[in-house]
Amino acid sequence: MEYLPEFDLLRPNTVDEALSLRRERPDARFLAGGTDLIVNIRRGIAEPGTVIDLTGIAEIRRIARQDDGGLKIGAAVTLAELLERPELTDEYQALREAAAEVAASSHREVATVGGNLCLDTRCLYYNQSEWWRSANAYCLKHRGEVCHVAPSGKHCFAAFSGDLAPAIMALGGTAEIAGPDGRRTAPLGEIYQDDGAAHLRLADGEMISAVQLPAAGTWQSGYAKARVRAAIDFPLAGTAIALRTDGRALEDIRVALTGTNSCPILIAGTDRLLGEAVGEEMAEQLVAMLPKQIQPMSSTFTPPGYRRKVVANLARSLFQRLIEAP
Amino acid sequence: MAKSILRLTVNGSGREDAVPANMLLVDYLREVAGLTGTKIGCDGGECGACTVLVDGRPRLSCISLAHTCAGRQVETVEGCATDGRLSLVQKGFHEKLGSQCGYCTPGMIMAASGLLRRNPRPSEAEIREALSGNICRCTGYVKIIEAVQAAAEGAP
Repeated sequence: MEYLPEFDLLRPNTVDEALSLRRERPDARFLAGGTDLIVNIRRGIAEPGTVIDLTGIAEIRRIARQDDGGLKIGAAVTLAELLERPELTDEYQALREAAAEVAASSHREVATVGGNLCLDTRCLYYNQSEWWRSANAYCLKHRGEVCHVAPSGKHCFAAFSGDLAPAIMALGGTAEIAGPDGRRTAPLGEIYQDDGAAHLRLADGEMISAVQLPAAGTWQSGYAKARVRAAIDFPLAGTAIALRTDGRALEDIRVALTGTNSCPILIAGTDRLLGEAVGEEMAEQLVAMLPKQIQPMSSTFTPPGYRRKVVANLARSLFQRLIEAP
Repeated sequence: MAKSILRLTVNGSGREDAVPANMLLVDYLREVAGLTGTKIGCDGGECGACTVLVDGRPRLSCISLAHTCAGRQVETVEGCATDGRLSLVQKGFHEKLGSQCGYCTPGMIMAASGLLRRNPRPSEAEIREALSGNICRCTGYVKIIEAVQAAAEGAP
């Protein structure tokens, strides 16, 4: 029997109650499905004095159609619940494909939308047991002085490994954030920054309460992911694309990546493709935009060069699939 | 550490125990309820050996806090057989040799039981998907798939 370190467990019934508990307890962490946080507590890389379980809060467990035709998804909706919704297959295919490829089905029973968006960054030198890390003098992200991936610098390169964020960013989604100063919304990409040790730009005491997707209209979307063990692993790289065409020319496109940096990346410069004829040539133009915007490092079992190739191949084949779709 | 009362149902019987906040569901089942059929194979939800059912759906008990199952119906491998008769899934594993060393078997049986309740006639792909989080180092999975298929075919 290997007990977790001691902490208090609080189970609020409303978002306001959760926020006020969080204010009273600066050492608290929010818990939903626990597939990330409990593992990290067990390994000693998260050490909360208090754990606030959000799964009993009904207001963040709903999925609701919005007046503008969009969809609002509560942060504590599980991925299994999400996958049972027909709207995803019909309108938000990228999110359906991303959710279906998160871990294994038994994780998706409890893993939540908000949890996947707030997933801690991951690294070969970080996601290890206490014994392993202590033998390696820990690392910059937790308790150590040196980043073993880039020892000469003072920057953490742990990789963002969530699957839902790129899909939601490609779909133009926003995050609804609840905090001490009330509710605010922000384009999802704005809650992240490319720093493995502090990748979430949420203020102290804030939490994601929901995600809002705009009406799908004529957008086509999809998600493609590469991982070591297809049944369960985090992405080595993942690509989400949403696009609109008039049947010949590209009207609009958004491309977002995961696994390559410490945050999900919305690819810039794709507006240069608008109005051009869709086809193989455009796929190559798109792929050519990626290398300068990504920075995979030696934070996984596979070398950075491999992930560069994989992300290009994923983007190319996903783009082809979407433009060939009926 | 301070304990608080946890009320839940385990294999059909109501229980009330004083349980610390940091106790995992798997430790509660094994150490408090004395149900050692549920196994611990890894420390990160990577192997599925600890799979139980909570309200009929698969749950990895080694990454779930016991208190988050308050008021829920928990089922473990000990609850599968009734009056000494194996469940259809257990019978499938027995007759199709779906178990070798047996360590992953309780988790496999619970994940498969959860699947068959939701989907009594799963395809092979659906069986593989439902068991994708459960690792077996002995069988190569072929006999496990056959065991679940046999259970589905044997269901009335």
